[in-house]
Amino acid sequence: MDNVINLWPLLGIAAIVVGFLLRFNPVLVVIVAGFVTGFAALMPLGDILEKLGAGFLNTRNLPLILLLPLAVIGLLERHGLKERAQTWIAQIKTATAGRLLIVYLFVREVTAALGLTSLGGHPQMVRPLLAPMAEGATENRYGEVSPEVRHRLRAMSAATDNVGLFFGEDIFVAFGAIIFMHNFMLESANIHTEPLHIAVWGIPTAIAAFLIHSVRLVRLDRRLARELDALNGAALKAKGGR
Amino acid sequence: MFQQQYLMWLAGIILLVVAILSWRDSHNPRRFTTGLFWALYGLIFLIGDWTTQLMSSLVGTPELGTRYLHITVGVLVVIMALIAGFGGVRLGRYHQRSEEEKQASARRLGNRLFLPALAIPVVTVIGVLAFNHIPGLQEAVFGAGNHSTLVTLFSMMIGCLLGWLIALKMTHEKPVQSMQETRRLLDAIGWAFILPQILATLGLLFTSAGVGSAISHLTENYLAVDNRFVAVTVYAVGMALLTMVMGNAFAAFPIITAGVGIPILVLQHHGDPAVMAAIGMFSGYCGTLMTPMAANFNIVPAALLELPDRNAVIKAQVPTGVLLLIVNVFLLYFLMFR
Repeated sequence: MDNVINLWPLLGIAAIVVGFLLRFNPVLVVIVAGFVTGFAALMPLGDILEKLGAGFLNTRNLPLILLLPLAVIGLLERHGLKERAQTWIAQIKTATAGRLLIVYLFVREVTAALGLTSLGGHPQMVRPLLAPMAEGATENRYGEVSPEVRHRLRAMSAATDNVGLFFGEDIFVAFGAIIFMHNFMLESANIHTEPLHIAVWGIPTAIAAFLIHSVRLVRLDRRLARELDALNGAALKAKGGR
Repeated sequence: MFQQQYLMWLAGIILLVVAILSWRDSHNPRRFTTGLFWALYGLIFLIGDWTTQLMSSLVGTPELGTRYLHITVGVLVVIMALIAGFGGVRLGRYHQRSEEEKQASARRLGNRLFLPALAIPVVTVIGVLAFNHIPGLQEAVFGAGNHSTLVTLFSMMIGCLLGWLIALKMTHEKPVQSMQETRRLLDAIGWAFILPQILATLGLLFTSAGVGSAISHLTENYLAVDNRFVAVTVYAVGMALLTMVMGNAFAAFPIITAGVGIPILVLQHHGDPAVMAAIGMFSGYCGTLMTPMAANFNIVPAALLELPDRNAVIKAQVPTGVLLLIVNVFLLYFLMFR
């Protein structure tokens, strides 16, 4: 009975891995992988296109949350939202990029654990507010910073939002993932679990995620201090100041 | 009754306006393909029940109509992918204001600038809470049935509309300028904008082509291990790796849990299934942090933040992901077999 399992569709996964490693355009890689998978499963071209179209139509609410805030955020950016965010953070003298992101990580994780997952996100929070504040706090301490430092801070801001969201939302009992796990184990093996237990046993990992990422943010601060102090010192020396 | 379709139409109209603005932007070296990309995407959002009915009346039966409609969309998606994949979506010019002008209005508007931006998440949360806790409200707005996704999207739309109106009033801009701003941000994201959707579609294609059953077949036959610690490690690391390949922990969870988790950890070693599920899913999330396949969390933000390295967010997350995965192996080992 096991012999009838067709292993050829795994070629699609191989296509993905090879395509990403060779750094082809991801959209093309995914489309090609889709056709490879379909053909390997002996699906006719029409069926593959049909599945592709149906899938694309059914997942249209994915880009909605990205698209809708853009008009507001763009308009505010045009009128100095980023600049204002940087001035605001400059008032807090003790603020550093790492400390700011630790506070954000904590708030994001706790609110997500309470089911408030929409209090954050890349288009609404990270681009207009969090990343400019992280950049502003750093510039406030060390003066103008290089594009590389800027990019590192932005990437870390986006990463912090993800970590907070992922490891917070899964300990909220009413979150879909918990129900999904509960149902899967019940239906596939008749194993009964309490959704509340699944949520509670996620807490140790959630705490570990907060600690690990916070330590990395503290180290980010130290590394910035070391690099930028050295850079500023060298600049002063070159000027003959000290 | 408010239907999800109305949200799609709103998105479709925004994208079509963006397409027209793109075609008129003579500073974009590829303005025709850039506009075409957003226009095709806008058209796909306008598709709904009415197109299915139209198609059905053209070809005879509803089944055939739906099939032809899906094939047409499939062809459009391939065209969009080709435009995007071969650099057809480029940046144009967006009538940006100078640094000084921005600083000046930042001083003039002060903290009021935060108001419309914060209105989006705050109104969304208030909306979700109101719909879930005020009896009868959900039925009144959406009709009978379960609408958890629609509730969030609808509340978010209200938040965006409210924020938009406040922002327009505060900045004295015309609505068309806000569409120019949408276009500026969309062009900055570019091809990455459709990647999450194409990946989700690939997941569905994987399922119908039997990729999942092929992997479960392999895990059941080749990953059967007796040592308890090795089994725990195989479960957690396998979950992370398969999530990296599939881009979604929800796709990996059933496969690895059915292949290793239930037969070995629960039935053979008598571990606690609740602990296994909780930490297993989190191990999958560690994988999500480390893969370009989870485009909406990793690739789209890199584009949105205008980072030159599209893998920059993943690189920032890999140390957290790896360390947490190691912690998960030990948590699983010690908590599951108390």
